[in-house]
Amino acid sequence: MLLLAFDTATPAVTAAIGESDPDGSFTLRASAGSVDARRHGELLSPTIARLTGEAGVALADLDRIAVGIGPGPYTGLRVGLATAHALADALGVPCHGVTTLDALAFATRRTEPFLAMTDARRKEVFWARYEDHLTRTGEVAVDRPAEVDTADLPLVGDGARMYADVFGTGGAPVEPLHPDAAAMAELALLRLHRGEKLPEPHPLYLRRPDAVEPGAPKKVRQWVK
Amino acid sequence: MSDLPLVMGIETSCDETGVALVRGCELLGDSVASSVDQHVRFGGVVPEVASRAHLEAMTPTVHRALDQAGVALADVDAVAVTAGPGLAGALLVGVSAAKAYAMALGKPLYGVNHLVGHVAVDQLEHGPLPKPAIALLVSGGHTSLLLVNDLATDVVSLGDTVDDAAGEAYDKVARLLDLPYPGGPPIDRAAQKGDPRSIRFPRGKWGDGTYDFSFSGLKTAVARHVEDADRRGEPLVVADIAAAFQESVVDVLTRKAVDACVEHGVGTLVISGGVAANSALRALAEERCREAGVELRVPRPRLCTDNGAMIAALGAEVVAAGLPASSLDLATDTSLPVGSPLAV
Repeated sequence: MLLLAFDTATPAVTAAIGESDPDGSFTLRASAGSVDARRHGELLSPTIARLTGEAGVALADLDRIAVGIGPGPYTGLRVGLATAHALADALGVPCHGVTTLDALAFATRRTEPFLAMTDARRKEVFWARYEDHLTRTGEVAVDRPAEVDTADLPLVGDGARMYADVFGTGGAPVEPLHPDAAAMAELALLRLHRGEKLPEPHPLYLRRPDAVEPGAPKKVRQWVK
Repeated sequence: MSDLPLVMGIETSCDETGVALVRGCELLGDSVASSVDQHVRFGGVVPEVASRAHLEAMTPTVHRALDQAGVALADVDAVAVTAGPGLAGALLVGVSAAKAYAMALGKPLYGVNHLVGHVAVDQLEHGPLPKPAIALLVSGGHTSLLLVNDLATDVVSLGDTVDDAAGEAYDKVARLLDLPYPGGPPIDRAAQKGDPRSIRFPRGKWGDGTYDFSFSGLKTAVARHVEDADRRGEPLVVADIAAAFQESVVDVLTRKAVDACVEHGVGTLVISGGVAANSALRALAEERCREAGVELRVPRPRLCTDNGAMIAALGAEVVAAGLPASSLDLATDTSLPVGSPLAV
């Protein structure tokens, strides 16, 4: 099974093509990525086009698409999802979601409990707790760093790097900082091979849109009460 | 006709997700999903709400348009998409989807200009646009006067609003008068029963020798009028205020548009954009164009508001002109100038 995975829910634009054999063994065919928080929309499609060339496959050869569903800053997140929906639609293949923090956690290969966290902007982090690289305990959440109960567990991800002073973990390794689509492709194929259900390709926003209902129009004459 | 390329147009610059299929000047399928109902309580378009809605609506809207046209995705010869101007996050959803469709179908991508699309859409109703033409674009986000020498390659901006767009002024005045959002239709309705000469509101940038517009002072004048009436304990005559406000808006718009036709020796005026559905604007434009010997072209209301048809129509024009396709690293441009009908 040939799968294209990509994620735009963090400052990284990352994409990979992976393949699984009937016995479940994974082969990475190609991967590429760059870190540029402001150019997701420009970078993603050329990255995918380049990958297919490197892997020596045509888009029409793909069996599945897997896309990071966040959580992550919304504008970038939607670049990945809109691309995935349209690609899957045009190619007539299934599209699956992968929680971005799960891909980040999977890449650590850790066997002990830890927390994965990414930047949520507005002085907050998106985070989740893991028993090991494959097992999340609980839901993903968005909180101020000081409100996250880390239980003194190791922290990974760019969120941990940004707020190392709040967490008091200065100096401790927090790599990987960003998710890697190669790990995302492997995780998605592993779950599919095990017959597990992957999330729908819908964004995890975790916050409502910022909008306030307007009050009465502002007075233009100051002496009007 | 079938030898002309089939162009799919995708529009997501504001709160309408629009997809359409066009061959030449023929509209084959056109579907629009609007998130306007989600914006009503905020009194204006909330960008994040619009962007979320675009993502949900994108592929279903594509398929409604394809079904209507009776064609399959594989039949599409080119994909056109609004690259700007518009809301950053909203544009990005349409451009991302368009790139993916173009890439997966192996067909060229054309990032085109939303404003020029509003002019190009007229070709779907009235056939090829005479060259040159003057175009007046009036909507909630734009008020522009354009000299259109060639839709695909040569569009010149003559003037713009220096503050609020005309449609924005309608929305703000509607709030002052306790009328619903969007403000255009209710003000137009209320104005039918009012006397436009009962109150004299200012005409922004009237006779200043430019083709620019200003509606912010007019809005403030209406606010003053409302507050003064309130202070004196007088009831508001909403119909009269609406009629006088509308008269002020359409007077300046039509005067400057027709002046531009005369100055440039142009025989055709196109009025498009959401405000083109306004009855007073159409009536006064017809009268003044007749007097000046100018042909007036106003697309039907469905085509005047944001939709995929305008983008497909401009895409078809760009393909016909043999212009090079946009690359896959096409960037959105929230303030793409009209001088760029095609974004690179």
